[in-house]
Amino acid sequence: MRAKAIFVLAWRESRTARRRLLLYMSSIFLGVAALVAIDSFAENVTSSVREQSRALLGGDLSIASRAPLPEPVRALLDTLAVRDSVQSADLTTFASMAVVPRTTLTRLAQVRAISPGYPFYGEITTQPQGRLASLQQGRNVIVDPSLLVSLDARVGDTLALGNARFVIAGTVENTPGETGITSAISPRVYMSDRWIPETGLLVFGSRAEYETLLKLPPMSASQQVRFLARYRPRLEPADAQPRIRMRTVAENEFNLTDAIDDLRRFLGIVGLVALLLGGLGVASGVHAFVMRKIDTVAILRCVGATSGQVLAIYVLQAAAMGLVGATAGAVLGVGIQLALPGVMSELLPVDVTVRVAPMPILLGLGVGLWVALVFALRPLVALRRISPLQALRRESDATVMRATRWALAPMLISLAIIASVVAIATSRADTLLEGVMFAAGVGAAVLVLWASAALLVSQARRVARPGWPFTLRQGIANLYRPGNQTRVVALALGFGVFLMSTLYQVQDNLLRTLTVRLEQSRANVVFFDVQADQRDGVDSLIRAGGHEVVQEAPIVPMRIASINGRTIPDLQNDSGPGRRAAWALRREYRSTYRSTTQPSETITKGRWFGAPDGDDVYEASFEQELAEELKVGIGDTVTWNVQGVPITTVITSLREVNWARFETNFFVVTEPAALERAPQQFVLLAHAPSPQAIALLQRSVVRIYPSVSSIDLTLVQQTVGNVLGKVVVAIRFLAVLSLALGIPVLFSAVSATRRDRVREGVLLKTLGATRHQVNRILLAEYALLGVLGSLTGVLLSIGAAWALSRFVFETRFVPALMPALLVSAGMTLLAIAIGALTGREVFRSTPMAALREV
Amino acid sequence: MLIARNLTKEYQSGDHTIAVLRDVSFEIPQGEFVAIVGPSGSGKTTLLGLLAGLDAPTRGTVELDGRPFSTLDEDARARVRGEKVGFVFQSFQLVPTLTALENVQVPLELRGEPGAPARARELLQRVGLGDRMHHVPAQLSGGEQQRVALARAFVNRPRILFADEPTGNLDSDNGARIVELIESLNRESGSTVVLVTHDLGLAARTQRVIRLSDGVVVSDGRSGAADGARRQTADAASD
Repeated sequence: MRAKAIFVLAWRESRTARRRLLLYMSSIFLGVAALVAIDSFAENVTSSVREQSRALLGGDLSIASRAPLPEPVRALLDTLAVRDSVQSADLTTFASMAVVPRTTLTRLAQVRAISPGYPFYGEITTQPQGRLASLQQGRNVIVDPSLLVSLDARVGDTLALGNARFVIAGTVENTPGETGITSAISPRVYMSDRWIPETGLLVFGSRAEYETLLKLPPMSASQQVRFLARYRPRLEPADAQPRIRMRTVAENEFNLTDAIDDLRRFLGIVGLVALLLGGLGVASGVHAFVMRKIDTVAILRCVGATSGQVLAIYVLQAAAMGLVGATAGAVLGVGIQLALPGVMSELLPVDVTVRVAPMPILLGLGVGLWVALVFALRPLVALRRISPLQALRRESDATVMRATRWALAPMLISLAIIASVVAIATSRADTLLEGVMFAAGVGAAVLVLWASAALLVSQARRVARPGWPFTLRQGIANLYRPGNQTRVVALALGFGVFLMSTLYQVQDNLLRTLTVRLEQSRANVVFFDVQADQRDGVDSLIRAGGHEVVQEAPIVPMRIASINGRTIPDLQNDSGPGRRAAWALRREYRSTYRSTTQPSETITKGRWFGAPDGDDVYEASFEQELAEELKVGIGDTVTWNVQGVPITTVITSLREVNWARFETNFFVVTEPAALERAPQQFVLLAHAPSPQAIALLQRSVVRIYPSVSSIDLTLVQQTVGNVLGKVVVAIRFLAVLSLALGIPVLFSAVSATRRDRVREGVLLKTLGATRHQVNRILLAEYALLGVLGSLTGVLLSIGAAWALSRFVFETRFVPALMPALLVSAGMTLLAIAIGALTGREVFRSTPMAALREV
Repeated sequence: MLIARNLTKEYQSGDHTIAVLRDVSFEIPQGEFVAIVGPSGSGKTTLLGLLAGLDAPTRGTVELDGRPFSTLDEDARARVRGEKVGFVFQSFQLVPTLTALENVQVPLELRGEPGAPARARELLQRVGLGDRMHHVPAQLSGGEQQRVALARAFVNRPRILFADEPTGNLDSDNGARIVELIESLNRESGSTVVLVTHDLGLAARTQRVIRLSDGVVVSDGRSGAADGARRQTADAASD
């Protein structure tokens, strides 16, 4: 093979086709951009996590628990401090109402009480700078800027937390390892932990998180491993109640990067979909391109080109343009990647150092080029079938391109396409099975589309009635005549609609579950941490303001002591399918008791509590998924440790709970007799008519009961709404993007048989058809194609979205019909528009010019 | 020497077999200028396709310079075409994206022969298009396009030239010019020329006329008219 001559000829011959080829190849542009952006960004985040891993944890080790560390652990830390100079620093986190007396405004805040030295690594930066040290010097606090805004306060104001008064010494600028969302939902207040008793906030039942950071003396990695092996069992005793969790820097890093990997995989699927749609665009575009090249190929074959040489010329052209498309995509991807940290900084726990990572770029380029080539090759191999005889006596495009059955090359290429899709999907999915399932789903969609098109072809012949207008009959006939484009267009259009609509349906459903959670509640203010002796007082304060108490629930913290007589350590030794979930066995249950059910729950098994029977085994109702995790059912006995008192319950019902409703929902509910006398606190949900009324109510409660916390739900709704708003914008962007991807695909598909259409149109015109008639014929054909393709696509997408919602995201599925119909109507219109464009071309060419070609 | 032996070409149409050519045999010595004539549908173009190796016969053989064409596969036939055969078509058949010069170079380049541009320029000058070399087909008139096609046909010094109605799409002046060029290139290069036409005036200028009707050769020979016409041109040329 004269390689150079082939290159030269490929270059020259592409002269007028470069722009068109580039247009086809641009289909992969966005897919490559998405892949490169997602992978580069994930890589940047991961390497940033790695670099900042010690700062992210704050120490070499972290020990955390829901209760102060037990005495033996404290004693060990003291010994280690003296003997091995292991330093420790504490962080206590709890919720409190923050009040600024000057403005009388209140807001629920997240108090972080720290001991000197916290954190060992990384820096909590403040504005003005260096104010963290002032916490240990007096009654000072550092707060999130958002707290200043909502309390209308400024640095220097007094801030009340419980019974203590502090001076606001500055604002928090940056905390390693935390996302901006944390502070948006519940702003942080840093203080010294020696003032905790003075606030009077940590009382019975208060939820607090206790974390101790350790800084080890300089030691080698192997020394550190030995240290961990020796002390871990004592620092993290397995039988501690509540549980103690210890994390090393490496474990923390793994958890963070693992979460980022999940995000990358999800986004990667979106990128993959974009790339597949691009591949489809390439295939149908190159198919159209091949149709235009029949004459040239016939001439080349006449003057001595072998089929291999011809194929080489066009594969080279496609590869070059694919490379250009993929490169442009990679460049855009890098650009997006540079912009992403700015947009996402609030959602990320690290300061991302942006750099251009070569691997994701090379990978994106490689995958993009491969997809472009393999999808282009499928139509290109048909060039080998073009006989030189076509130069002498030109047959119609369809006759020239009629496929030989079971030809080897196209089958091999189809196999390569399938293998590529499976391979790329698998490399991006969690598991091999997921990748194969994804590829199988795509394959099934293609099959259904193909079958529906075949059905249309066979039915079109039958339905047309001789009485119908000529133009309509002619349009329908175009669907089944030799050389029809029904299958190609229905497939391209249907698949495009399918992918777009599926993406939309899934996202729409995910968003809906989030919004439902916030809207379906009558309460708009919640009071919690209400002690038993404060309950009546809070209740009457609410009613005194003329507001309604929507719900009132007692809360009893308790833990499982045994199930059917077997203790927790015993149960944890189980293995195999009967093993119960460790988290469910060891967690603290904040349960309630009541005699009636709530609107947010339904009994799925058993019956609700009967009248009290006076024995000391009480009835309990479990949430059904919890029961599954614990492997318990109706009739099983669960004994609880309620603040040291054993209470035995028997499960008499299982409930399905709609967690999406903003009400106080519980895993475990008992009959009143079981927990009435246990130590408890209360949650009160109330409704006040206006934001002013809510603020007034919160203020009056906090003035009398400083330890009672409250949340203005409308504020939460706003905050979450803001975050969701960003997500919605991102989703809209994706939807528009996929729509933009669909258009070139459709154009390519229709233009594949454009030449035959123009020729037929001109022939009809020569025979006396008016412009109107030709247009009507084309209109009938393209409208039918559009409706069929897009409706099949929409139906498929609803099925796929249902499956994804049900099995992957595990949410309830409600089809978004209107948007689906809009997408399908839009694509139908697009198909008709392309048909109309073809019609215009018919009237641009003179009959002679077109017929002389035949 | 081009030899056709018992060429038969049949097409399957539903249950029927339609024979377009039946048992066509003849020999054309090197350097001869032959016309194949006959009414529309008589099988002229089919015969040309078989002779040039563009298509395979149902039965029978074609032999070019002692090598059987019909036993070769598609790609081997393509290579033989590249080496030994030139084509001129009724509708010119230039590659629309290439310039005149590039079109003429293609056959040489496909074979990897050196000096393609020089040889192509020489031929374009020979057909009177020295100043139009860098134009693409759309910028050339029909006559000019056909002259580019002629230059391309002769660029690889073919042993044989096949011309399918070469003047069919041209006015009489341009048509005459093309025929004169074919004649003189035939004389200069010693190539065999096989011309398919239904223009009897054109056929009369060749040395030998093979007449087809319904897929069968009905006459084959040097006609008086042919001689006369030939003499006339020779006279005109010597004037």
